[in-house]
Amino acid sequence: MKTDIEPTSSAAGSPSKVKTRSTGRAGDKIFLGLSRGSGIALLVIMAAIAAFLTYRAAIAISKDEANFLTTFEWNTGTSPMRFGIAVLAYGTVVSSIIAMVIAVPVAVGIALFISHYAPRRLATPVAYVIDLLAAVPSIVYGLWGALFLVPHLTGLYTWFDDYLGWTGIFSYQGGAARSLFTVGILLAIMILPIVTSVSREVFRQVPKMHEEAALALGATRWEVIRMSVLPFGRSGIISASMLGLGRALGETMAVATVLSPNFLIETSLLDPGGGTFAQNIASRFKEAGNDGRDALISSGLVLFVITLLVNGAARMIIARRKEYSGTAA
Amino acid sequence: MAKRIDVSGLTAYYGSHKAIEDISMTVEPRSVTAFIGPSGCGKSTFLRTLNRMHEVTPGGRVEGKVMLDDENLYGSGVDPVSVRRTVGMVFQRPNPFPTMSIFENVAAGLKLNGSYKKSELENVVEKSLKGANLWNEVKDRLNKPGAGLSGGQQQRLCIARAIAVEPAVLLMDEPCSALDPISTLAIEDLIGELKERFTIVIVTHNMQQAARVSDRTAFFNLAGVGQPGKLIEIDETERIFSNPSVQATEDYISGRFG
Repeated sequence: MKTDIEPTSSAAGSPSKVKTRSTGRAGDKIFLGLSRGSGIALLVIMAAIAAFLTYRAAIAISKDEANFLTTFEWNTGTSPMRFGIAVLAYGTVVSSIIAMVIAVPVAVGIALFISHYAPRRLATPVAYVIDLLAAVPSIVYGLWGALFLVPHLTGLYTWFDDYLGWTGIFSYQGGAARSLFTVGILLAIMILPIVTSVSREVFRQVPKMHEEAALALGATRWEVIRMSVLPFGRSGIISASMLGLGRALGETMAVATVLSPNFLIETSLLDPGGGTFAQNIASRFKEAGNDGRDALISSGLVLFVITLLVNGAARMIIARRKEYSGTAA
Repeated sequence: MAKRIDVSGLTAYYGSHKAIEDISMTVEPRSVTAFIGPSGCGKSTFLRTLNRMHEVTPGGRVEGKVMLDDENLYGSGVDPVSVRRTVGMVFQRPNPFPTMSIFENVAAGLKLNGSYKKSELENVVEKSLKGANLWNEVKDRLNKPGAGLSGGQQQRLCIARAIAVEPAVLLMDEPCSALDPISTLAIEDLIGELKERFTIVIVTHNMQQAARVSDRTAFFNLAGVGQPGKLIEIDETERIFSNPSVQATEDYISGRFG
């Protein structure tokens, strides 16, 4: 009723010729070149890093007298060298898992609070403070961890020992809490901002109509979140967690400051000891000789591979549910 | 059980902006009432006050009374969540839950209301899909995602989801505006069947549609931009389209403005 379209009048009245030359071509070309160049550069850089790591690692591993994967030892000053990454791989993976188990639920909770529960007046400052956490340098986290967290965790660890000591993994001998679990807690705080802010953005993008679908069925606020927000945000939460995990796996200074490293795998998560790839590299790089540096680089290669595997797994999880992701509609 | 809606003196706001003013009307059970009017006249807003969805919008608030039989939906102590379980709604764009299968979509409302045995759920899902004229098209793929259906099928899935909880009233906000003519026809036929069981209120921009599906038609209009929308008149659909009592209605349906 409202739109009376009269196609003839306008077409006949305008004597405009079709332009043969577009003014936007040059811009298109430049932009195409730029974006294609960036894409290629990224691949080249990745390949170069992988090649460098592999080359130097191959040199080191060929000089390694011990089994590279299973040895609990890191002697690169002696000749022949004996070193292995078992303890580092264990420490890196375990501390990151602890960080994820603590940080992801808390981060999702904060993100939901900011996007769906808090009044706007409160949501903005809370979001700002969380983002501010990301700007704290990791050495500051490390110092805070070593000077505040470590002494204050003894009580919690004693409690763990009383009630969960029988499991073996939560037994505690006493002494400074410079353990993988402490590292996990510290890493959890460090990855909280990134996981929170990415999740928050995803939750904000949940289409209104999905939320209204749940509301109109008589869903409570929590049910709306369960039926619409979380399923829609699922792949986003996974991506956010992967970003956090990447940071946790590679975190160096904070771990090196808090952990008291040794080359043993402790049964208990609460007892000091162990090590992570990044921490080990940072602690030893200065004093290492040429061969020692190659050995450290070989451990860096393993971290690189672990990160790739983790990201690949995350992508598979996201892809498997693709037809349910809502993008098909 | 279909119920009668009795609205009196209803005014709705978005923040300080008054969207609709002083609307009173009665909607009979087991009938179809259509809301027509130009864009921005508040007919969708009014529809959303009937299941307390309006107040979900930030700044949205409502004054006045909406009686569902003898219960005031805006009475003190009335839980909006329970209102929405009694007054179902179908939206302009089909919005099945994208992460759920067809079966889960239809069962979603039931699962909110409590735990059901699998066999009970299956019965209700089949009955609702049959009620929405969708059963034959989807019975072999109930476990496939609802988002994989065509637009018209998705909208019927949403209707099945809404009627699965046996609401007293079914509100439809331009349910066909995103659909092609054949799907639209399917929905219109369905509305004719559903009115045997439910009280139906439908907002539509398509006056032919209002004429085809509804028993009574309400015409909304606004005096100008920024002015609140008002109910101009409500009457038997036949009368509205042949011999309306207000000049503005006649102007609108004959296409002289709006």
